[in-house]
Amino acid sequence: MTAPVLLREFEDFAANGGGSGPSWLLPLRRAAIDRFAALGFPTPKNEDWHFTSVAPIAEGTFRALPGGPARSVRLGAADVEPFTFARPDWIRLVFVNGRYDAALSSGAARPTGVTVTDLARAWREQPEVLERHVGKVADYQRTAFTALNTAFMHDGALIQLAPDVALETPIHLVFVSTPEAAGSASHVRTLIVAGHHARATVIESYVSLGGATGYFTNAVTEAVLGDGATLAHLKLQTESERAFHVGTLQAHQGRDSHLVSFAYAAGGELARTNVYTLLAGEGSGATLHGLYLLDGEQHVDQQTRIEHASPNTFSREVYKGILDGSSHGVFNGQVFVRPEAQKTDGKQENNNLLLSAQARIDTKPQLEIFADDVKCTHGATVGRLDEMALFYMKSRGIGAERARKLLTYAFAAGVIEAVGVPEVRAELEALTLRRFAGAGAAAGS
Amino acid sequence: MSSSIENLVNREYKFGFITDIDADAIAAGLGEDTVRVISAKKLEPEWLLEWRLKAYRRWTTMREPHWGNVRYEPISYQVQVYYSAPKTRNPLGSLDEVDPKLRETYDKLGIPLKEQQLLAGVAVDAVFDSVSVGTTYREQLAKLGIIFCSLGEAVREHPDLVRKYLGSVVPYSDNFYASLNSAVFSDGSFVYVPPGVRGPMELSTYFRINAENTGQFERTLIIADKGAYVSYLEGCTAPKRSTHQLHAAVVELIAHESATVKYSTVQNWYAGDEEGRGGIFNFVTKRGKCAGANSKISWTQVETGSAITWKYPSVILQGDNSVGEFYSVAVVNHHQQADTGTKMLHLGRNTRSTIVSKGISAGQGNNSYRGRVYVGPKAAGARNYTQCDSMLIGNRCGAHTFPYIEVGNDTAQVEHEASTSKIGEDQIFYLQQRGISKENAVSMIVAGFCKDVFKELPMEFALEAQQLLGITLEGSVG
Repeated sequence: MTAPVLLREFEDFAANGGGSGPSWLLPLRRAAIDRFAALGFPTPKNEDWHFTSVAPIAEGTFRALPGGPARSVRLGAADVEPFTFARPDWIRLVFVNGRYDAALSSGAARPTGVTVTDLARAWREQPEVLERHVGKVADYQRTAFTALNTAFMHDGALIQLAPDVALETPIHLVFVSTPEAAGSASHVRTLIVAGHHARATVIESYVSLGGATGYFTNAVTEAVLGDGATLAHLKLQTESERAFHVGTLQAHQGRDSHLVSFAYAAGGELARTNVYTLLAGEGSGATLHGLYLLDGEQHVDQQTRIEHASPNTFSREVYKGILDGSSHGVFNGQVFVRPEAQKTDGKQENNNLLLSAQARIDTKPQLEIFADDVKCTHGATVGRLDEMALFYMKSRGIGAERARKLLTYAFAAGVIEAVGVPEVRAELEALTLRRFAGAGAAAGS
Repeated sequence: MSSSIENLVNREYKFGFITDIDADAIAAGLGEDTVRVISAKKLEPEWLLEWRLKAYRRWTTMREPHWGNVRYEPISYQVQVYYSAPKTRNPLGSLDEVDPKLRETYDKLGIPLKEQQLLAGVAVDAVFDSVSVGTTYREQLAKLGIIFCSLGEAVREHPDLVRKYLGSVVPYSDNFYASLNSAVFSDGSFVYVPPGVRGPMELSTYFRINAENTGQFERTLIIADKGAYVSYLEGCTAPKRSTHQLHAAVVELIAHESATVKYSTVQNWYAGDEEGRGGIFNFVTKRGKCAGANSKISWTQVETGSAITWKYPSVILQGDNSVGEFYSVAVVNHHQQADTGTKMLHLGRNTRSTIVSKGISAGQGNNSYRGRVYVGPKAAGARNYTQCDSMLIGNRCGAHTFPYIEVGNDTAQVEHEASTSKIGEDQIFYLQQRGISKENAVSMIVAGFCKDVFKELPMEFALEAQQLLGITLEGSVG
């Protein structure tokens, strides 16, 4: 998927399929691919990619073109049932290999003022809202993968909430990859527009089926939060451990709005999650939580950027990582305070637990502050389990192995508690328990 | 609040005078010839010239680094003068033969060259523009076997030691400025402490840039042999000039088994005027190597001067159980910019490092902490604690933190914390209502903020540092 190949692919794409849609779309795609051609794939010299080499993606041969075997896959409801948190009643869109699958998606009735629709339909039916926001929030000028997604975006979702609408149940987007996806790239795009004082929860699940390998997901989600809006965004990335994933959430926040983000990353051979938000309106805030559990040869990178651009904005951030095997974890958290963002209150924390001698973590919490009346702190730790705590548990008759597992679980549980959706929280707890505590310990707890 | 802090911050740079002294300077510009001329003027052996030339050739292939969080107009390396020495009747028989004008300069700076005027227990090596003009207390140190002289002298009198250690911590190919320094370095201090010897006094060097358009490229090499201890102080000033002056120094420290090197700097190069005109570009490579087991290297720095500071005193923790420390106070005011921090590279087992960094930004200054803590796969039981705090005074300054933490060993324990906040108005208010003037209140708060670093400085320097801080910040609370 070298850059020149991509440029040729773009011409093919523009000629068949990419050219459809509203009239402003193709120029936007062109601007994005031109920008990508100028930027190229990021190298470790790029400060944002200092610890992550994207060579496996850049040198891979992922086809972005529509069609091919990946398209003809037919899944049944039973196939995706494991990813539904046993809540068939949620509004749910299912994408198979980056393509919207109407049959698998739930046709649950949308409450008044709520639009949840696939992108292909949205291009036709609601081009105005797309024109207003697509490419305006997600920054393709500076970010190569966002540029790539903007050039090739084909499917995804539009979620729109009218002012003052409060949606109680989550909206669930499921992106499934199957073995047929091997060798292909899917550039899915989601736009979330929350009107003033609207409230909603959006869950994005990135999963794989039947031992899918060798595919590349390049997802971009743009979120626009109106004044006083609250958006809870959960990203659950459990892609195949033989797959590549780059996912970006980029938000623009109005006055007194609140973004609550949770990013879980356990999949991917090479995976990257970006969470970027601009606190544009006075009094707005962001609460970002993250958990990454790595093993084997995985390389998983999390990047967050919170830009305080108005007075009285706040941010709270806690990311935790557990690294086993010879995995390589990266955390890069940026808090940027513009001169006008007086009275900013920012707290950031990153804790990492190394379970194996071969695991490696690179963490870079960053503060860039241009206003004086602020209160910002960050902390980062790397270590293994507390010997004293282990000793204490052993002295209480808990075996060494089990004590280790329980403490590891407890480390992760601190972040899982922050998940606001009970079904997701329960599943993440069960998952971590299974992974670190084993069935025996789970039964005992 | 404004007037008092403004007064505090805007106090004049009192070391800005120019000494009118005849100098033996070479023509401006840089080429292989320049390197040869410098080497010839210093009567250097062939191997050193070769080394300089290798460095020069490497430098011509390198590009000036721009990753630092600092902005400045391009530097023209061809208008700099790479060698300038006060004209004297060489060689000097004793310090009394030093040009009286030069002596006067050092007296004004408070650096008495005459031994009888010395602060008890400080041996001084003074470097004026490019050459060392005198080292005090040599005989007393020599009795213990301690060599303390200018690097130029060391090249002539102890060539084996210099040849063995020069470039062993900072190779000539290390980075753009280190390569430039390796090619054209003029003078600097050399210290060798033999096995088991404890330096009986603080060793000190005072650097002074005088001539216009002259770059100062000093190079310091300090070696503590097995079980030795040495504490070294460095101070710097420069006259006020409206153009920028380049200072690209290299400092190499080597601590053998169970040895300790303590290196303290009070950097007060001319910072430029309130509009950001003039001032020193301070691009320095400082690195120590804990080569032996149980060795220790400790850096303490108080950075108050320079228009631009780009400096990362580092420690390579190679020996098992070795210890690295970095204590720093960096103050920027007006248009000063500092990008400074440290690197702690844990390679040996049970190595420990502590980083305490305090940044103070005032005026339109920008202060960045950039640090790297690396724990290699073999550094079992490595331990690091990092604390960096920033204080902001005024709403046009900036404070930035860029810590890189890279851990490749599960037995390592690494902790980093950082905070940024405004100088506490409630604290100022409290002190004022106890009858303390605003100016003193600010001084007290700033001194308290920096206490953890100042307590690491030798006594005389701690007082100087505190005063300097007061001068730099004068008038900054607004």
